[in-house]
Amino acid sequence: MEIVLSLGIGVFAASGVWLMLRPRTFQVVLGLSLLTYAVNLFIFAMGRLRVDAPPVLDAGAVGAQVSDPVPQALVLTALVISFALTALFLVVLLAARGITGSDHVDGGEPGP
Amino acid sequence: MSAEFLLAAAALLPFFGSAVAAVLPRNARTTAALLAGVVTLASLGCIAALYPQVAGGGTVVQRIDWLPTLGVAFVFRLDGLSWLFAVLVLAIGALVVLYARYYMAPDDPVPRLFAFFLSFVGAMLGIVLSGNLIQLVVFWELTSVFSFLLIGYWYDNPSARDGARMALTITALGGLCLLAGTVILGRIVGSYDLAVVLASGDAIRSSPLYLPAVLLILMAALTKSAQFPFHVWLPRAMAAPTPISAYLHSATMVKAGIFLMIRLWPVLSGTDAWYWIVGSAGMATMLVGAWSAIFQHDLKGLLAYSTISHLGLITLLLGLDSPLAVVAAIFHTVNHATFKASLFMAAGIIDHETGTRDMRRLSGLWRAMPYTATLAMVAAAAMAGVPLLNGFLSKEMFLSEAVDNLGEHPLHLALPVLATLASAFTVLYSLRFIRQAFFGPPPHDLPKAPHEPPRYMRLPIELLVFACVAIGLVPNLTIGPALESAVRAVFGDAAPAYDLAIWHGVNAPLAMSVGALAGGVALYVSFGRRINSNPRGGPWLMDRLDGGWLFERGMSGLVHGARRIEVVLGATRLQGQLRALFLVALAASVAAAFGAGFFAMPGATLSPAPLAGIDPVFALLWFVGAACAVGAARRAKYHRLSAVMLTSGAGLVGSLTFVWLSAPDLAMTQLLVEVVTGVLLLLGLRWLPKRKQEIPAPAAEKARARRRRITDFGIATAFGAGLAGLAYAVMTRPAPEGIARWFVDEAYPQAGGRNVVNVLLVDFRAFDTLGEISVLGVVGLTVFALLRRFRPAADSLERPKQQLRQEAADHAHEHREVGDTAADTMLIPGVVMTWLFPFVVVLALHLFLRGHDLPGGGFAAGIALSIAFVLQYMACGAEWVEERLRIRPIAWIGVGLLVAVLSGAVPWLFGNPFLTASFQYAELPILGKIPLASAVAFDLGVVVLVVGATVLMLVALARQSLRRQREASTEAAAETQA
Repeated sequence: MEIVLSLGIGVFAASGVWLMLRPRTFQVVLGLSLLTYAVNLFIFAMGRLRVDAPPVLDAGAVGAQVSDPVPQALVLTALVISFALTALFLVVLLAARGITGSDHVDGGEPGP
Repeated sequence: MSAEFLLAAAALLPFFGSAVAAVLPRNARTTAALLAGVVTLASLGCIAALYPQVAGGGTVVQRIDWLPTLGVAFVFRLDGLSWLFAVLVLAIGALVVLYARYYMAPDDPVPRLFAFFLSFVGAMLGIVLSGNLIQLVVFWELTSVFSFLLIGYWYDNPSARDGARMALTITALGGLCLLAGTVILGRIVGSYDLAVVLASGDAIRSSPLYLPAVLLILMAALTKSAQFPFHVWLPRAMAAPTPISAYLHSATMVKAGIFLMIRLWPVLSGTDAWYWIVGSAGMATMLVGAWSAIFQHDLKGLLAYSTISHLGLITLLLGLDSPLAVVAAIFHTVNHATFKASLFMAAGIIDHETGTRDMRRLSGLWRAMPYTATLAMVAAAAMAGVPLLNGFLSKEMFLSEAVDNLGEHPLHLALPVLATLASAFTVLYSLRFIRQAFFGPPPHDLPKAPHEPPRYMRLPIELLVFACVAIGLVPNLTIGPALESAVRAVFGDAAPAYDLAIWHGVNAPLAMSVGALAGGVALYVSFGRRINSNPRGGPWLMDRLDGGWLFERGMSGLVHGARRIEVVLGATRLQGQLRALFLVALAASVAAAFGAGFFAMPGATLSPAPLAGIDPVFALLWFVGAACAVGAARRAKYHRLSAVMLTSGAGLVGSLTFVWLSAPDLAMTQLLVEVVTGVLLLLGLRWLPKRKQEIPAPAAEKARARRRRITDFGIATAFGAGLAGLAYAVMTRPAPEGIARWFVDEAYPQAGGRNVVNVLLVDFRAFDTLGEISVLGVVGLTVFALLRRFRPAADSLERPKQQLRQEAADHAHEHREVGDTAADTMLIPGVVMTWLFPFVVVLALHLFLRGHDLPGGGFAAGIALSIAFVLQYMACGAEWVEERLRIRPIAWIGVGLLVAVLSGAVPWLFGNPFLTASFQYAELPILGKIPLASAVAFDLGVVVLVVGATVLMLVALARQSLRRQREASTEAAAETQA
């Protein structure tokens, strides 16, 4: 399982980085989204993988062995913030396109 | 009132006064002057009332802890020396206020001048009253800042701006050096407390860090007191209003450097380094200043260089390594402040009443303003060191120091000659000042007809000149006691014996004085005319040494150098910057991994992973996920819609992974976020340019793009491989005992919640969450604000092809209205979505209420609720929804943040820290036993804010197309009317 997840994280991250290096703003936004998935999963994986042990306690259970709640709490807020940042980037790219007339990240087609 | 209170009041009053002056109306000249005068006099009163406490060598200390762990406290400390300087600052300050009231024109923004002035007074008092070195540095820099504002007061005048900038650059540079020097000093002594530092002179002088400390501190003192070669800022600071020049260059600012050297004299002096740096800087400044002053044609320019020369004299005295010289330095500081302030004021009156300060145009003003002329003459005589005036006394002390200890130090050999020479120069330029301005034929074609100034504009000069005469005649009755206590404060019981008498008998200093007077007169008689017609404008011999030019060269060199570095190292293109960023990150992580021995770690330490087996379903899931990600990467350029869908697919795989691996909260939130992100991206697609694969690119461009893609592919692959390897390496190692255990164990007993993730968010780490939702709110508002001014590109303005086609079809059928097809398309989904609304709201409520014990919580509930709203927009259109449902997302953001903060603030009422949670279980009918944790209130704030921010962003984006249509239709209407 670990090998599958880490390969998956790798593919997500590689696709994200590739897209972020592209010249078109929309590609960058999607790339950022993909990289966010990869990083969120990576942070989550730092708590190690467990099956059937959600950090939700039974009544009266003491010393329960559950998955690590700390990375999960970190990732939970990151999910919402990343949505907000995607929105911000999208609007910035729309505004930049309106102002510069180009959707190139540098605000204009590359010169010769 | 206690002494400590008086002291703190004196130090802080000017800042309060400044704040009040800053809000006065622009034309409140008299009110502002009155305020500044009252504040300055009140401070002066407080300081004066403390004289009995410091007269006998005592100190008054007011201590307020500031950074106790760093040993930095806010300490006001008054002893004889600081008393003398504080009185000087405040008394001359009060006179300057009166003078400035009449000097400034009614249409100048005078309250601003007084606001800066009072802050400057406060900063200056802060320096002299600081009992802690760090605090002293802070006030030191404040004087630099406020002098910048004062010098640049007439900011529409380019020379004022340049002068202010140069003064700030040079003195603030010194201030930075002072900070460094102070830190070193504090390290040597082990304390920043002035009393402790002053008591450890031997430790400081014998420390190996002594030299850097003394160099840095002297750098500060010499730049501030305009010592050669840093003196260039002072003449250019003359662009300030004359009252400000009178203040900055007599009693304050430049005297801050002198004060610092006197203050630290007991612990820093007595070494060769001190002797050579301070002594030679002072000597050079004294001669260069006096020499340059001779050749000035501007009254204020003459006074500026004369100030530099006198500061050099004081500095030289402080360098001489003799306690008596320090006494002379303190004495001359006071005397110089009195006569120089009055001379500046007199120059200001001449400028004010004649319209010019050029000595070549001025002449014979004696007839027009005999009273002012007399005052100026007395002050100039004091400056020249004429007997029976205060300047004579301190100059005698200086000359007697110059001939004492002859031969003990190399510098002393030349001292008597150079001292006499400088004194002769002083006589020469003082004489020239008086002769050019007040004597000679009556003036002709001056810009204004000269006359005496208003009565109260002259009063400050009268008082200052009276002080010059009084100190000169009866020094022991006037300055004597204060000087005595200042000297005692510096030397303690080892204070040297000195005599302030006018007549010391016929001795060498007297002979030198007489010689200087005679020499000065003789020089003026022989060269006066040639100086006036000096064709080259600058001082003879030195006109090629233009400090200002050198300074500007240095500054432009700095800027130029920075630009060069930017050209070499910078990248103007974001794409290249991002690539560089990724490469640096990659290199840094590889280096870090090497450093940590990551690659050297033997495989033996790997324990079998907890989930070693591979579930085929999971593998299949991730095969799909990887395919989605790669597909999105491939299609994002030309097929945006499918790329958005593929990205969402990748997100879904992530969500399923969270379910699989025991993170239900994450799975739920990710799923919901995926929905809103999808909607968001789809809304954005409409405004992007069409991109066609078929457009051919030139061959060279193609080859370059290909190279770039290969590089980027390499970077991306390396990144992915690195992250995958790192993730695998961590996951296959046993987890250390982190903080998780504590959270899991205490979630229920301490916070009454079973869902540990939610408890972490709303209780244990609620402060973090508060920060996160604030960010969310800020981003929402930013998106909203950006979209308000949104101007789409021209080619996105036309309506989408699909809509046009639908409308064409509507036109073609005679029974159909335009827009029917669009409405029909959404008919069934619209009904479903409308009916879904209450269910989604209930789901959101459910997620929220169970969040503390079961997967759910504020974030998930908030996004679910916003989806409910967005569905209505999608189903029925913005106008339909807003007719029926009044949503005010900005208010939601505010209320949410307020609820969260208030729920955190309530514990304060019970004496608990911010965001302390408490909980109780309550029996409710039907619902049964539910927890009533105060954290639920916090979570409610989260819900409300998330709804507000999400809806705000989505709706603002969605409404753009409506706005476009509206604007297009109003334009069309306008055209038909025209």
